[in-house]
Amino acid sequence: MKYLQLVWSAMFRRKTRTVFTLLSVVAAFLLFGLLDSVRSAFAGAAGSIAGVDRLVTVSKISFTLSLPKSLLPLIQDLPGVSRVTYANWFGGIYQDPKNFFANEAVADNFFDLYPEWQLSDAERRAFHDTRTGAVVGESLAKQFHWKIGDKIPLQATIFPQKSGANDWTFDLVGMFRLADPKQKAQESLLVFNWDYFDEARAFGNGNVGWYITRVADRTQAQQVANAIDALSANSDHETKTQTEQAFNAAFVSQYGDIGLIVGAIMGAVFFTLILLTGNTMAQAVRERIPELAVLKTIGFSNQSVLGLVLAESLLLILLGGAVGLVLAGVVVDAVRVAVGEAVPMSRVGGGIWLRGVGLMLLIGLIVGALPARRGMRLRIVDALAGR
Amino acid sequence: MQRSRLRNAGFVAVSIIVAALAITVLVLAPWWLLLALVAALALWMLLTRVGRQAWSVTEVGLATIPQRIGASSVVVVGIAGVVAVLVALLAMASGFELALRQGGTDDTAIVMRAGSQTEINSVLDHDSATIVTQAPQVLRDAAGVPIASPELVLVASLPKKSTGQDANVEIRGIGDRAWILRPEVKIIDGRKFGLGLREMIVGKGARDQFAGLDLGSTLKLNGQTWTVVGAFDSQDAHNSELWADNDVVAATYRRGSGTAAVTVRLTGADAFDAFKAGLASDPRLKVDAKTTRAYYTDQSAGLAKLIRILGITIATIMAIGAVFGALNTMYAAVATRGREIATLRAIGFRALPVIVSVMLETMLLALLGGLLGAAVTWALFNHYTVSTLGENFTQVVFAFQVSGPALSTGIKWALAIGLLGGLFPALRAARLQVTAGLREV
Repeated sequence: MKYLQLVWSAMFRRKTRTVFTLLSVVAAFLLFGLLDSVRSAFAGAAGSIAGVDRLVTVSKISFTLSLPKSLLPLIQDLPGVSRVTYANWFGGIYQDPKNFFANEAVADNFFDLYPEWQLSDAERRAFHDTRTGAVVGESLAKQFHWKIGDKIPLQATIFPQKSGANDWTFDLVGMFRLADPKQKAQESLLVFNWDYFDEARAFGNGNVGWYITRVADRTQAQQVANAIDALSANSDHETKTQTEQAFNAAFVSQYGDIGLIVGAIMGAVFFTLILLTGNTMAQAVRERIPELAVLKTIGFSNQSVLGLVLAESLLLILLGGAVGLVLAGVVVDAVRVAVGEAVPMSRVGGGIWLRGVGLMLLIGLIVGALPARRGMRLRIVDALAGR
Repeated sequence: MQRSRLRNAGFVAVSIIVAALAITVLVLAPWWLLLALVAALALWMLLTRVGRQAWSVTEVGLATIPQRIGASSVVVVGIAGVVAVLVALLAMASGFELALRQGGTDDTAIVMRAGSQTEINSVLDHDSATIVTQAPQVLRDAAGVPIASPELVLVASLPKKSTGQDANVEIRGIGDRAWILRPEVKIIDGRKFGLGLREMIVGKGARDQFAGLDLGSTLKLNGQTWTVVGAFDSQDAHNSELWADNDVVAATYRRGSGTAAVTVRLTGADAFDAFKAGLASDPRLKVDAKTTRAYYTDQSAGLAKLIRILGITIATIMAIGAVFGALNTMYAAVATRGREIATLRAIGFRALPVIVSVMLETMLLALLGGLLGAAVTWALFNHYTVSTLGENFTQVVFAFQVSGPALSTGIKWALAIGLLGGLFPALRAARLQVTAGLREV
């Protein structure tokens, strides 16, 4: 620590060069922060711990096909099942297809299975009592400036009403919120009463989109899933049951390998960065050879010289990287405020910082290694003579 | 002191404005204008005295690059990275657009239930489908039968080759007129499916992305066994699909006699408006009609735009990093050549040749980087096939298209970065104090 002053002044020996190099490092880690935020948002949707005790049952052929409601009591009676609910994809459009958000018809007991979705008792009662009632996530309400009591018109894309009309209107009776910031994206959802939906829709009546089952003991999840699938084996509506977590992971992975794309871009960025800062460090050490020789003359050991140069390159990268990540945090927060919390970007928190600092240390060491070795190995006599 | 500082600030401000203008021109200008500029520069260098001076200073600069190979490669590689990422993402966007857009023409129309945005959401009963095909604007063949295909679009999950995980694949039940409707579709392997049989043919893209779709293999859908009897190439988004007989698909999926949508060939592109108006005024129908071009363009617009915005954002941040890298290199280059430049100035060279030579050197390095990045992307990604989730909740297979416009955008970005990275060091070189420069070691 006592050498910090020395390292610092060596680093800013050439101010312009160091500042430019720092700015390159800042740009690289700003990009890293942004991309990793997107990547962890997708990974978070797939890997959240919530949902391991919930099973999703969909049609085995495709989740776009519906299942008969008659399965409900059968699933309910299976051993190890604590609660069952069901829902239907509605796919309605609010004003313009660009305003996409998920909207589903859900059964009365839906919120019992999702305790992490906080909804006040009064609002739950209102949802139960209002036939055309709808509940939305807080972020979604904020995005469209909805308040309780508003009428929300949705344009049906799949289910017209019995009259043939495509417009459905719901009364907003409640807003739910999720405490965990990682799950905020789930607030981009509107749910309404399945009973009303089933009564009013023109076709498909008596069918549900999917079942959600809560298991009493999560270690039994696989057995319960198998038992549910066995109910409809060899029928014309075979089911596929998996944990909610696995279902989400499979769905997200269908968008493509986001980890791979982010990895490829970051590979290109960091390769360039290593070359760039490596060049700066090599230049810095080359210019300072006589100075390093003086240091050695007055008693600095080879290891201390090695340490000094390595510390300088680490400091350079850490400084730039930290600024970059702070900037990324600011940008992500700004985007989340501007576009709504539902954007697939998670906040730049502990995990991203941990990975970022790890990368900074690694790059700092790689970049500093060769120049540091050169500093360590130089012979005092030659260096002072300028050979 | 105060005055010189003021002048300095003014000088920096002016050069920033000049740089911004130059970059705008560079990025927006068409290629013929840029080529004309290059030609003018070459003429100037050949014909005028100052121009010849500039060329000889540039020659000296270029000749010393091997001595500064490490620093110069920073410029090349940094810019190559920016261009590679930019071109790759632009190629991805245009590949996706191309895959979907090629499926559409102006003289075929798709009719879905009103309000449905995609075929997967649409349901048409048998009567409506029949009324649509009977519209007067629908082209008829020699026997007077309308060229129309009632189609059913459904989804099945099959394991992907790359991950082994299940992904959604689109199954399209087609009518027997579909082959006349889409004459571009060619059977490339095996044969067509037999009418009324549980046989299917697979698109080229689907066959590459999903496991178990080889000729002769069987798959189970809703407890019934289907056989793959052929493969087709439609050169558009249908390549991601599996095709089978509409009636058999409807039976398998318990869809009765309904279809999802009807695709028809019109008597001409100009007949569409009358066709649409005719359907809208028919009280028996509640349908929307779109030309297939409009339908497929709508489906690709959102994602392609998103990828483009992402590509430009990422490339901009990378470009900022690369500009600073280039600045570092060129400032160092100017510093090491300080004595030489001062000598040139002392023996009567003007400032302009010095500026031009530093700029030219940076731009050449940048061009090299841009070409390198574009070449790497082209070699790695051109026609690289991937798939993503499309609007029908099924996988759309598409290939990266490293197209001319994407490459030219990449090269222009490279030149713009070179311009920025070279301008300030060049100006510093030109403003070097001759006496101080000569004394420098």
